[in-house]
Amino acid sequence: MSRRIVGPFNRVEGDLEVHLDISDARVQDAWVVSPLYRGFEQILHGKDPRDAMVYTPRICGICSVSQSVAAAMALADAQGLAMPANGELAVNLILANENVADHLTHFYLFFMPDFARGVYADEPWHSQVTGRFRAVSGTAARQVLPARADFMHLMGLLAGKWPHSLAIQPGGTTRSIEVQEQMRISGILFAFRRFLESTLFGDTLEAVLALDSFEALHAWAARYPWEHSDFCRFLHLADALNLDQLGRGSDTFMSYGVYSGRDGHLFGQGVWQADARSVLDPGLIREDLSHSWMAHRKDPKHPYDGVTVPDADACNGYTWCKAPRLDGRVVEVGALARQVVDGQPLIRDLVRRSGGNVRNRVVARLLEIARVVVAMEGWGRELTPGEPCCNHASIPEEATGCGMIEAARGSLGHWLKIRNGRILNYQIIAPTTWNFSPRDARGTPGSLEQALIGAPVRNGEKDPVAVQHIVRSFDPCMVCTVH
Amino acid sequence: MTEHRKRDLNLLWLQSGGCGGCTLSLLCAESPDVLTALEAAGIRLLWHPSISEASGDEFRSLLEQVSTGEIALDILCLEGAVVRGPGGTGRFHMLAGTGQPMMEWIGKLARQAEYVVAVGSCAAYGGITAGGSNPSDACGLQYVGTGKTGLLGEAFRARSTMPVVNIAGCPTHPNWVTETLMQLASGQLAEKDLDPLGRPRSYADHLVHHGCPRNEFYEFKASAEKPSDLGCMMEHMGCLGTQAHADCNTRLWNGEGSCLRGGYACINCTAPGFEEPGHSFSETPTIAGIPIGLPTDMPKAWFVALASLSKAATPKRLKENAVSDHIRVSPGNRPRKRS
Repeated sequence: MSRRIVGPFNRVEGDLEVHLDISDARVQDAWVVSPLYRGFEQILHGKDPRDAMVYTPRICGICSVSQSVAAAMALADAQGLAMPANGELAVNLILANENVADHLTHFYLFFMPDFARGVYADEPWHSQVTGRFRAVSGTAARQVLPARADFMHLMGLLAGKWPHSLAIQPGGTTRSIEVQEQMRISGILFAFRRFLESTLFGDTLEAVLALDSFEALHAWAARYPWEHSDFCRFLHLADALNLDQLGRGSDTFMSYGVYSGRDGHLFGQGVWQADARSVLDPGLIREDLSHSWMAHRKDPKHPYDGVTVPDADACNGYTWCKAPRLDGRVVEVGALARQVVDGQPLIRDLVRRSGGNVRNRVVARLLEIARVVVAMEGWGRELTPGEPCCNHASIPEEATGCGMIEAARGSLGHWLKIRNGRILNYQIIAPTTWNFSPRDARGTPGSLEQALIGAPVRNGEKDPVAVQHIVRSFDPCMVCTVH
Repeated sequence: MTEHRKRDLNLLWLQSGGCGGCTLSLLCAESPDVLTALEAAGIRLLWHPSISEASGDEFRSLLEQVSTGEIALDILCLEGAVVRGPGGTGRFHMLAGTGQPMMEWIGKLARQAEYVVAVGSCAAYGGITAGGSNPSDACGLQYVGTGKTGLLGEAFRARSTMPVVNIAGCPTHPNWVTETLMQLASGQLAEKDLDPLGRPRSYADHLVHHGCPRNEFYEFKASAEKPSDLGCMMEHMGCLGTQAHADCNTRLWNGEGSCLRGGYACINCTAPGFEEPGHSFSETPTIAGIPIGLPTDMPKAWFVALASLSKAATPKRLKENAVSDHIRVSPGNRPRKRS
């Protein structure tokens, strides 16, 4: 058995280190280390609650709007405030814009470049894939950066700028919408749909969304040469490298639900385990500190009562990340969890067959792009020019509130206590805190720690490429993880 | 323009106590995109945490070679604050895989670099990471707030003899970064091109107020009172656009946006200490009804006199529209004189 320290991982947001025990050319055990602590929960203590709208988006430059929406919802919950229809639609559009752009960034810039690595030089597909996806020089990045930037003109239009907008407020959005904005939204979405259909999928979004099983997906891909589109390229690699057998996690999936509307969430809330959906009880969330560099570790606490006091010498600590658990269970969050909980037929079938793994996480993300863009087109049409976007209320002297949403990378929650009109406690659990958590008091490893066990290690590999695929398949955001 | 260089400039980009938002903003660069802009400038990315292939061991050996001078380091960019805590150990950010505090790596590499660039307000002055009680003991490369007591200190000069270039902003506009790097690469950025806080004057000699679409409301002191109102946000809503050094309303973000165009106040994110304004970001502190922070360079008495005069003359259109979320009263059309 040899212990190896792998890091820094790049093309994850922030810094990451992983410790591996390796024998028989397999990873036998893994420890995930989040090496950066900044202390947002301490920074927020004593502030005017409204200032959370300035601080919390700056937790993360890639999930900035998601942090804003969670903070706005926590404040709105404390204020008893609801958004007008236009505000809700605008928030959905802004959040969707970020989430879809993040999925795109992950696929093209963070995940795919690993297949251009020299370790795959002998594979028949390598030169094609390298020309397309190689970091910095591949043709895909040159195509996707302008398409992404054009798509993010929605941010300029609806949120002023990205990241770190203050357009999202507890009562809606600050940017009123006239008919000309509505026209621009529809034009931007039309152009982005064209990019997705021509470059990413090689088919209409509707055709992709009609794929309802593994067989249907397989039959669809077989209709084309594997270089037909970037999605086809990925499916080909997934087959060639058995990515469906890599990185199996805890197979318990959680989603807080997201994109609110008249009929509830577009993507529903719940837990998926052993082929069954159950109701999520947020009261059962606890943060375990037994292996974190944190003080005050007795009794895992619900985030309303959570404490964040760093202690670099805490015994058995090996990361700044806490270990959130749902009723004691390790859960996986992200696009795969969101789609399997919601009941998307293709994703349900893939999870039934092979659980959470590298292939299924990536397919779920791409499929979600199609679902969300179609929904965005609908929200754009539903906007009513001239109607208000924002309701108003004052901040109460004493209150509690929580905001639970889905960021691109999974379930994001903010829990807030206000006393004497100031923030008494503000606790945040980010998606990657769930996925990259350390062991808990019972010694149960977190999702990634479980997913890494069994990963193959090739002869002479210092940073096993399989480990890199598994890590990046979660689309980790390390700056959110610890904040 | 200096003579044609024989080789591309090597750029190494590191991240520490920040959110990565300046990089994500940079990926929104347009006409051209960031990769094309770097290529055009003759800048080769040695490594960037979000877009390079090298990970783990490959990166660590690159870092060794750069820190010993084996590979030339022309431009070192740091995004995010330098994290010094706890107790000056830097253990709040140990660079993964190296067992060493990031602040030590930054110090070592800065001494090898021709130019050192702080990307964003965190790397420049501490920024949001230094907010509240500054739990991580964050500082900027050369500054802490307005004092030159950051990691590298007042006396620091990069090999080129330039001090740290502070591309401040939270986040930075993509073009502030690409244009500054292009200026560096073409030999067109000297110390005189930086303002007294180390910011490139190309954008820091402007005020956010310039080109603000709410200027007419400002002129007549027709003020917004709540989020989504159309009026000027200086009097009540905390807007610092008249004092903030940046060209956000003439350059625009993500196509056609800016904070003001998005309907919310400028929080002066390019300034040292913006993270702790001493009051809520969304409220303007006043004394006897007069905002404490007056427009840059404007004598107080003059401002007060102008404000009361313009308030008395505010047209009905501006008075009503200022507190509405849509235009209620349209501009009139003067009847044409018949000859």
